[in-house]
Formats: sequence, C-alpha cells, structure tokens
Amino acid sequence: MKRRLSVMVLLLLPSLTSAADFGVDATHYDGPAWSPYIVGAGIGVLSWLTFYFSDKPIGASSFYATVAGFIGRLVARRHTESLSYFQSNPPSVNWGFVFVICTILGGFIAAWTGDEIRNEWLHPMWVDRFGDSIALRGIVGFIGGVLMAFGSRLAGGCTSGHGISGTLQLNSGSWLTVIFMFIGGIATAMLLYTAL
Amino acid sequence: MIDPGKAVKETSAPPPTVPAGKKLVAAIIFGTAFGFLLQKGGVGKYNVLIGQLLLQDFTVAKVMMTAIVVGMIGVFTLHHFAKVNLDIHPTRIGAQIIGGMLFGVGFALIAYCPGTGAAALGQGSWDVLFGMAGLVAGSYLFAEMSGWLKRTVETWGDKGKVMLPDLLHIPRGVFVPAFALLLIAALFAIERFSTR
Repeated sequence: MKRRLSVMVLLLLPSLTSAADFGVDATHYDGPAWSPYIVGAGIGVLSWLTFYFSDKPIGASSFYATVAGFIGRLVARRHTESLSYFQSNPPSVNWGFVFVICTILGGFIAAWTGDEIRNEWLHPMWVDRFGDSIALRGIVGFIGGVLMAFGSRLAGGCTSGHGISGTLQLNSGSWLTVIFMFIGGIATAMLLYTAL
Repeated sequence: MIDPGKAVKETSAPPPTVPAGKKLVAAIIFGTAFGFLLQKGGVGKYNVLIGQLLLQDFTVAKVMMTAIVVGMIGVFTLHHFAKVNLDIHPTRIGAQIIGGMLFGVGFALIAYCPGTGAAALGQGSWDVLFGMAGLVAGSYLFAEMSGWLKRTVETWGDKGKVMLPDLLHIPRGVFVPAFALLLIAALFAIERFSTR
C-alpha cells in the first residue's frame, strides 16, 4: 500500500514540477556564501575527524529527544523513565547534546563573520507566499517539527545522521530513508508552494 | 587504496579511547565547525532548503553529495586500517519508509532540518524556534509510543545491519571508488542543468 502510494507520488512529480515555473522562485533570495562543494568537502573531512577522535558519526536529531527527556523528567519523572525510548536512551548532557549546542554557536560565528545575521521572525520567501502572520508560521513550523521528529526517531536519524553519516557509510537503511525524506518533502513543498 | 580482500571484513580493533574531558572538547570543536560550515553553505537559509524541495536550488544536494563522497572515501580508508569503527544502524524497511515520508512532510512545513535548524538559530532566523519546539514535542510523542512501535512498525521488514556493497554482493574495495565516481558524475550533471 505504502509502496503503491510512493509510486503515485513519483508519477505526480513531473506535472507538479512544471507547475513550479509559475510559482515562487527560491533562487530570487540570497544563496550560500561559500561554494557548496567546499562546504560539502569540509563536512566530509569533519566526519573523518568525528569518527577518529570521538568514535561518533555526525548527527543532530537525537538532541531534541534528549531535550524532550529532560523536560519530561521535570514534569513527570516516573512516567518519562518508564518509556521504552528513554530506557534505551536515557537523557544526559552527552557528546551529541554538546555537538548540537555548538552547532548553534558555529552558525552564529559564520553568520557574524559573513555579515549575514538575519534577526528576523519571518523569511521574505514565507511572507511572499503566505503573508506576514507570525502565528501562522508558528503553527505550521510546530506541526512540521512534530512530524519531522517523529519521522526521525522512527527511521533512526535525520538529514545528518542518515543523510550524511549513514549514507557515507553505505548503510542501506540510510539511503532508503533519505530517498523517502525527499519524496515526502518534494511532494509536500510542491503542493504548498505551487499547487495550492 | 582499499584492498578488496581485506576490506570486506569488519575490524574487531577497539576504537581509540579518548578521556571524557577531551571527548567534550572534541564535541565543542566539531559541533562549532559543523554549524559554521552549514551556515557558510547556505543550508541554514529557508529559501535554499525549500528551494531544494521545489527542485529550483540544488545547494543541499551538492553539499550532501560532496560530503558523502569525501566522507565515504576517508572513513572507509581509515576503517580499512582499523583506525575507526563503522556505526551501522539496522535497516527497517517499514519504519524507514514511513519515518522518511513523515520527516519529508515535516521538512516542507518547517523548512529547516534538525542540524541546519541549529545553524539557522545561530544566524538569527527566529522562526526556527517554532519548529524546534515541535521537534521536542514530536520526540516525546515518539517516546510515548516507542514501546508499541518497537513491537509493530519497527519489525516490518527488519533486515538488520545491511550495507549497500553486501546487498549487491560487490566487494567494498570495488564499490567505494565506483560509487564515488557515480556520485561525482551526478554532481557534474546537477551543475550543468541547475541554475543554483
């Protein structure tokens, strides 16, 4: 059933792509500061270093589960600790937690040095498409976050853990996950930005 | 570079042991570098991420595929000389198709992913905060259902730890360079046919 659905999505894609021609154009807004190849190679080398020095792959999504575990323990300690996921992954200030906190810092340093600090609640592309309601952006973003985190945990990783670390280790499940991440993402974005 | 006869075996050598203090310092340096690279690569930008899903801006694909090529060659070379451990997660067809699709739908709504979202927060794209709240909530929702999911969805098509070379019965020493060339060819094609 799921497979048939994905085949249908794939068949729909070409017609939606042509619809993109008279929709929004993402390339009208500013692009990357550095060449994506330089940055990609840098992330590739970074993965050698995390494997060698820390025995860890690059990953981000489990950070949010750790935060959820911390909050859960504050609000309902016994219930949170009884949950299967937190029993196998007890929340702690671990390597991955520090890594993602510092990813925020790294983003700040890069934006600061490149004079790209945005300090904005709504991106101009969102405003051009959906208007200037921060509440609408908040609701859509929150629902997106819930789906994304649930999907990450079910699949076992995100665009970092599967999309970079898993794929570069040639893990079959990571390639499968990434393909379906983009099928789901492309189909939804086409609907949101061009069809609806 | 990689000897096919030897490289098909998993190393049993223990990972380089690093003391807790140094491990923390490594997480700080690597996390900061990751966020720095993501921001410089433009993948903390709303329009670059949505642009990829709309197939208008291929920055994300370029960054990811370059990282995979560079990362793969280095990590498999290090692994061949027993300098690093691989971290292969199980392939679970049902959970990864459904999880990947949910992630993708969420991706189109939030416009950031767990890692690039952290870099986006650092550059002052405050709209990511709604998505991050959703990521925490979605992680808890998953944990809430984790016992049931483990007994059901996660058992559908559970293939264990399978890597692409093993799946296709090709020695790693052949697969890695061949796959690198394939990805580089794909990058050339993208560069030729995309505007960004």
